Amino acid sequence: MPEIALEMKNITKRFPLVVANDNVNFKVYKAEIHALVGENGAGKSTLMSILYGLYQADSGQIFINGKKIDIANPNVAINLKIGMVHQHFMLVPPLTVAENIILGMEPKKNNIFIDMEKAIKRVEELSESMGFKIDPKAKIENISVGIQQRVEIIKVLYRGAEILVMDEPTAVLTPQEVEELFEILKSLKKQGKTIIFITHKLNEVKALSDRVTVMRRGKVVGVKNTKDTNQEEIASMMVGRKVIFEIEKEPLNLGKTALKVEKLEALNNKGLPAVKNISFEIKEGEILGFAGVEGNGQTELVEVITGLRPTSSGKIFLYDKDITNYSPRNVREDKIAHIPEDRRQRGIISNYTVAENLILGSHYRLPFNKGLALNFTAINNHANNLIKNFDIRPSDKDNLLKSLSGGNQQKVIVARELYGEPKLLIAAQPTRGLDVGSIEFVHQQILNERDKGKAILLISADLEEILSLADRIAVIYEGEIVDILDPKKTNEKELGLLMTGSTANKKLLKVK
Amino acid sequence: MFGDIFNAQFVASSIRVAIPLALAGLGGVFSERSGVINIGLEGMILSGAFTAVAVTNFTQNPWAGVLGAILVGILLGLIHAVTCITFKANQIVSGVAINLFASGITVFFCWLLFNETQIMVKTSLPIWGLPLPSIGEGSTFARNIIVMFAHYSPLVYLTIIIFILAHLILFKTPFGLRLRSVGEYPQAADTMGVNIIKMRYMAVMTSGALAGLAGSFLSLEQAHFFVKEMSGGRGFIALAAMIFGKWTPLGTAGAALLFGVGEALAMRLQGVLAIPVQFIHMVPYLLAIFVLVSAVGRATPPAADGIPYEKEIG
Ligand SMILES: Nc1ncnc2c1ncn2[C@@H]1O[C@H](COP(=O)(O)OP(=O)(O)OP(=O)(O)O)[C@@H](O)[C@H]1O
Ligand SMILES: [Mg+2]
Repeated sequence: MPEIALEMKNITKRFPLVVANDNVNFKVYKAEIHALVGENGAGKSTLMSILYGLYQADSGQIFINGKKIDIANPNVAINLKIGMVHQHFMLVPPLTVAENIILGMEPKKNNIFIDMEKAIKRVEELSESMGFKIDPKAKIENISVGIQQRVEIIKVLYRGAEILVMDEPTAVLTPQEVEELFEILKSLKKQGKTIIFITHKLNEVKALSDRVTVMRRGKVVGVKNTKDTNQEEIASMMVGRKVIFEIEKEPLNLGKTALKVEKLEALNNKGLPAVKNISFEIKEGEILGFAGVEGNGQTELVEVITGLRPTSSGKIFLYDKDITNYSPRNVREDKIAHIPEDRRQRGIISNYTVAENLILGSHYRLPFNKGLALNFTAINNHANNLIKNFDIRPSDKDNLLKSLSGGNQQKVIVARELYGEPKLLIAAQPTRGLDVGSIEFVHQQILNERDKGKAILLISADLEEILSLADRIAVIYEGEIVDILDPKKTNEKELGLLMTGSTANKKLLKVK
Repeated sequence: MFGDIFNAQFVASSIRVAIPLALAGLGGVFSERSGVINIGLEGMILSGAFTAVAVTNFTQNPWAGVLGAILVGILLGLIHAVTCITFKANQIVSGVAINLFASGITVFFCWLLFNETQIMVKTSLPIWGLPLPSIGEGSTFARNIIVMFAHYSPLVYLTIIIFILAHLILFKTPFGLRLRSVGEYPQAADTMGVNIIKMRYMAVMTSGALAGLAGSFLSLEQAHFFVKEMSGGRGFIALAAMIFGKWTPLGTAGAALLFGVGEALAMRLQGVLAIPVQFIHMVPYLLAIFVLVSAVGRATPPAADGIPYEKEIG
C-alpha cells in the first residue's frame, strides 16, 4: 500500500447559489500524479482552494501525511508544503518575475530590505534545476503565458512545495509547451513530489496521470487507476451520459463566396503592425480555421472584421458589399455573428441576467424594444426559448451570468449569436476552458451552421479542434498567413511547427 | 519685473506651499497603492489643521499639536478603512462623507472650544537653522538661497526624510512589495499568504497620518492660524499630484513642487498684474487640470484601485 500524502474527508462547501462541494472524499498517494476531472462547475477548483486555505469548508477534515490539519489560510498551506498553480494565473503584471516569486517570503538583507540579488540567484538556480531559463528581471506583463506558467511553477518550488496542485495548466499552452510542461511534471514526480492535475483534456489524463478522480455537480463520482480506464469511460462518468468524440461531418457543399478579405492590415494596441497583408475567402457552407499561437494577430483580425478595430489598409467584403471599417452595430446589422475569444470581457455582462444577456446587440430593435421601453414579455419569451433549445443550466432566465459555470456562460453567447440566422459566424476560441460535454455541444452547433450553408471563421489555439472542424486551415504567424492547408493532409505536428514560425521545418515536411 | 517675482523668497514660498500637497499626496500614494481610493484627504487635512492649532494652544507645545494632527488623521483613516475595507462600502462616498464631516466638526469645535471662527497659533515651532555664512554684503540670490535652505521649520526637514523613507519602503522592502501587489492583484497576493485586509488597513491609516501632518503644517507653519475650510481643495490637488507623479513618492513630490510654484506665482502676481484676484487664484487649479489632462493615458492607476476584495461571489 503506497503512502498517503493527502486525504480530504467529507468536504462540503456552499456558496450563496450552489453547493460547490458536496461531501467530497479525495485521496492522493505520495509521488503520484493524480488527475482531477469534471464538468465546468463540478467543484474542482473549489476543492483545491479549500486545500490551499483560500476557502474554508463548511464541514469536513483534511489530513496531510496522516495528520489532521486545519488550513485556515494560504500561509498554513505554504508551511505544509502545499503549492498551487491557479486556473487564472496569480501573477502581478507590473512586477518582475523575481518579485512575483518571492512575494510573501522575501529574502532580506540587514533585516529590512529585500535582498534582490539573493532572490535573483535563487530563481536562476531553480529554473536551471528544472532545465529551463528564465529572466528574473523581466516584467510579467512582457512575457508569454507559457513563460508565466513556468514562473508559477518556480513560485511553488521556491516555497519548497511537496504537494503541487495544477489547475488547468495546459488550457493556454501551445502543443510544444504542453509537452515541455509534462516533462517538467514527470521530473518533479521523480523527485518524489506529489502532483494534483486538473484538466478538461482527457488525453492528458491518459498521458500523464497514475490515478484519476472524477467529479460531477459537487460530488466525487469515481476514482480509477488511469491504466484501467479509457477516455470514453471518464467522459461518460463526468457528464453522466455517453460523449461522442468523433465528429461526423457532412460532405462539403460550397456556395457563393460569403466573406472576402483583401490585403488587410491593422495595428495592435501598441500601434505596431499586427495584421499584415492578410487575404482569404470563405464560401457558404465552409469552415475556415485559423490556427496559431495566441498573440499572432488573430485577435486583431477578428476585431477588424467585426468593426471593433480600424483597418489601416485593405478591404473586407461580405458577399459583394464593402464593409471595411463599418461600426460594430452595422456589422451586426449585416448579420455577422461573433463569439468573442475573451468571454468575460466581450461576450457577456456578468452582472446582467441570462435574459438580458441574450438580447445584447439586438436590445434596441423590435420586438425587444418598442419605443422608449423594453418589452419584457418578448425578452422573457426569447430567453425561455433559447434556454430550452440550448439547454442552458440552471434554466432560470433571471440568474446573473456570473453565477453560471463557464460552459453555460458560453452557451448563452452561442445561443445569442446564432439566433437570427447570421450569414457569417466568427467563432474565436469557442471552447476554451469548457468541459467535454460543452465542447461537444458547441462543436455540434458550429457544424449545424455549416451544414445550413453558413460561412464560418473559426479561430482556435486548440489544434485538435481546428483539425476536426475546419474544411481549410490557415496558419497565422506574426500577423501573416504562412500557409493554407487541407486538414486531411496535415497533422498536429506540422501545424505546431508552422505556428511557431519554423518555416525551415515546413519545407522539410513538404519534401517528405 | 522678472527679478521681482523669481527671487529666493519665491523659491521658499513655493516649497512652503508644496509641503502639504506633497505630504497629503504621499498619503494618497500609500492608500491607492493598496487599492483604496482616498478622496477623504481633504477632510483629513482640515481636521489635522484644526487639531494642530487646538492642541498647540492648549498645551503650549506645537509638537503636541503636530502629534495630535497625526493621530486625528489616523483616526479618520481608520474610519475610512472600516467602511471601505471591512464593510466594502463605496470608497468615493466614504471619502465625501469624511470631507463633509470634517468641515462640520472643525467649525463646531472651533466655536465650542474657542468661541471664534478663526484661531491664531500661540506657540510656533522653532526654526532650525545653520549659522549664516557671511559671503558678501547685501542680498545676492545665492546668499538668499542658502539662508532659505538653512532656515526652515523642522517639518520641512521631516518631510524630506519622510519622502526618502517612503520611497525606500515602497520599493525596497517586503512591506512595499506586498503593498503594491495588494493594490494590483489582491487575489494573487492572497494566494501568496499576504494578508490583504491588514495591508490595506495599514496603508489607509498611514495615508490619514500623512494628511493629518499636512494639515498641521498648513495651520501651524503656513497660515499661523486656523479658519474654517482652510484646506481649500488641497486634498484634491494632492490627488492630482499623486496621479501626475504616477503613484510614486518622488514623482508626487515633484508634482507637488510644480503646484507649489503655481500657487506661489499666483500670490506674486496679485500685486503685479492688473487682473482680478479671483482669476489669479484659479492658477493652481487650472494647472492641476492641465497637468491631469496631459497625464491621462500615461498614468495607469494600480489595477485594483477602488475595488473591494471579495472572495465569494453570488
Ligand atoms: N468565489 C465563488 N463565489 C461563489 N460561487 C462560486 C465561487 N467560486 C465558484 N463558485 C461556484 O461554485 C461551483 C463550482 O465552481 P468551481 O470553480 O469549483 O468549478 P470547477 O470544477 O473548477 O469548474 P471549471 O472547470 O469551469 O473551472 C460553480 O457553480 C461556481 O459558479
Ligand atoms: Mg476550475
